[in-house]
Amino acid sequence: MTEDVILQVKDLKTYFHVDEGIVKAVDGVSFNLRKGETLGIVGESGSGKSVTNLSVINMIPNPPGKIVGGEVLFMGKDLIKMPVSELRSIRGNKISMIFQDPMTSLNPFLRISTQMVETIVLHQGLDKKAAKEKAIEMLKLAGIPAPEKRIDQYPHQFSGGMRQRVMIAMGLSCNPEILIADEPTSALDVTIQAQILDLMKDLTARLGTAVILITHSLGVVAGMCDTLCVMYAGRVVERGLTSEIFAEPKHPYTQGLIKSVPRLDQASGDRLNSIRGQPPNVIDLPDCCPFYPRCDKAMDICKRKYPAATEYGNGRAVSCWLYTEAK
Amino acid sequence: MTENEVLLDVKDLKMHFPIGSKSMIGPHKNFIYAVDGVDFKIKKGETLGLVGESGCGKSTTARAVAQLYKPTAGEVILKGKDLTKLKANDLIAARKNMQMVFQDPYASLNPRMTSGDIIAEPMRIYQMKGILQMTKKEMDERVEQLMERVGLSRFFRNRYPHEFSGGQRQRIGIARALALRPELVLCDEPVSALDVSIQAQILNLFKDLQDEFGLTYLFIAHDLAVIQYISTRVAVMYLGTVAEISGSAELYKKPLHPYTQALLSAAPIPDPKIEKERKRIILTGDVPSPDKQRPGCPFYDRCWKHMDKCKDHKPRLREAAPGHEVACFLYHDPD
Repeated sequence: MTEDVILQVKDLKTYFHVDEGIVKAVDGVSFNLRKGETLGIVGESGSGKSVTNLSVINMIPNPPGKIVGGEVLFMGKDLIKMPVSELRSIRGNKISMIFQDPMTSLNPFLRISTQMVETIVLHQGLDKKAAKEKAIEMLKLAGIPAPEKRIDQYPHQFSGGMRQRVMIAMGLSCNPEILIADEPTSALDVTIQAQILDLMKDLTARLGTAVILITHSLGVVAGMCDTLCVMYAGRVVERGLTSEIFAEPKHPYTQGLIKSVPRLDQASGDRLNSIRGQPPNVIDLPDCCPFYPRCDKAMDICKRKYPAATEYGNGRAVSCWLYTEAK
Repeated sequence: MTENEVLLDVKDLKMHFPIGSKSMIGPHKNFIYAVDGVDFKIKKGETLGLVGESGCGKSTTARAVAQLYKPTAGEVILKGKDLTKLKANDLIAARKNMQMVFQDPYASLNPRMTSGDIIAEPMRIYQMKGILQMTKKEMDERVEQLMERVGLSRFFRNRYPHEFSGGQRQRIGIARALALRPELVLCDEPVSALDVSIQAQILNLFKDLQDEFGLTYLFIAHDLAVIQYISTRVAVMYLGTVAEISGSAELYKKPLHPYTQALLSAAPIPDPKIEKERKRIILTGDVPSPDKQRPGCPFYDRCWKHMDKCKDHKPRLREAAPGHEVACFLYHDPD
């Protein structure tokens, strides 16, 4: 099993130094990604999902941010210690990224062709003509009608869904090992979201790409991901197979999260099960369980120390004193 | 006051926005047909959910109902009075009964006013107009009472919006909407900007307030599950028209319009077991631009069941089952 692992994140810590103190945006995150697998990272705003993934490709703006600890092993090499020149041959090539807002992640002044050809020429060593053919082929795969014509247009001539298709085509054009998708459908309507998710699933399965899918939507995760990390205040509180986590969530936060989403397939009950209070401010967070003020099962120890992860095998782990005590 | 009293009756509401530059003489030539003939009724104490994709005219409908836009055509009858025909002063008096909660809790609160002042502002305005008689002390008491009711401590009344989180700001917006004791509250995507755990708190608050004060909601959201949770009846909008309107349970169990069917099947369900086995209706293409009026069904281009007659005839809302109206020629013939 372990030889399949292409990305290993170990105890990753990314802190931001701001006037008010230290923001521990990511504080000890660990997970493994296997070849061809789709890993979901869910959490609410500010839980550190995006910072985790920016840290993976070492793109944290410094200052104010800094990766202060941990390792990111991609095919055995630590990306954090790697010199920038070597890193450049990996970013956009072996590991590529697509973002939430396809309007701001495409350059509005450049034709789609210019933007796509640039990447392909740089990483694959093709000449411009061959690169353009490759780009057209990718756009066709991504379901863009008349790609020969559309490739010479500018981003504003595409609709939101179409732009996200262009991003996906661009992201996959160098046949990456890993595609990091940061909220790829959050800005889209449901019918377009269904189209895009369908496309991502189909293309990555065909090309054998592993995907890290960052989202706040449990519905998207349920349909797309093999494994799952649930993040809260910069930490992974629970991880494991998606089916297992949904069938039997262990961490009180995961339980609360799953119960607080209204579901289409269930008639409206009287009340939703909400989690009381609000997510904590992550500035100068003490070494306690960040969820304890909102937790119904909080104990004394939760206020004093953060629980170590309890492993259950098969990649399942929970960080909660309820389970540490039992062991 | 009977249970079945119609509080709001919207008839053939149209809202067209002129676009492009105006020529020196003559009227505008090009329009965005944001809302193009919408009919619905809301009975007292019920919640009508308005659902649809971006650009379908949900928010424009709410704003035209509130007379924030002057509708191009149509009637908006609130408690027997047609708001579109009222004079400015009468409109202000009538609007006391109808308040709004907006989507963005950051943009809809004045950053230079304290939360207490924000909540008191509607009362101050109506007192200045002489419609409301309240002393300063009564107002203060009402603000504190409202804050406590929506789940904010009264000690926060001197704080500014930036000192609150998104969920708390939405609570301030709700308190402000309730200040004048309205019967109808227009909620324009009030939970879309919130995280799920906070969204659940706010949805529960909306339900509790409705039970307590007998409020009537026009509730807009793009999330179908949220609409199902909050609504007694649901209207599905597409390209400025209502495609289907029905009781909430009926609509989700037996959607008739092909667009509603596609919309429901596209919405993800947070359960991996169900998601694996679901068959999706994947629509092709995007929502067309509302910049021209179509002779036929607005959904024609994307519909997988379209027929010849859909191209040239516009379907109107007709009852297909008791209380279940649909604008689709699969269920009735062109007039």
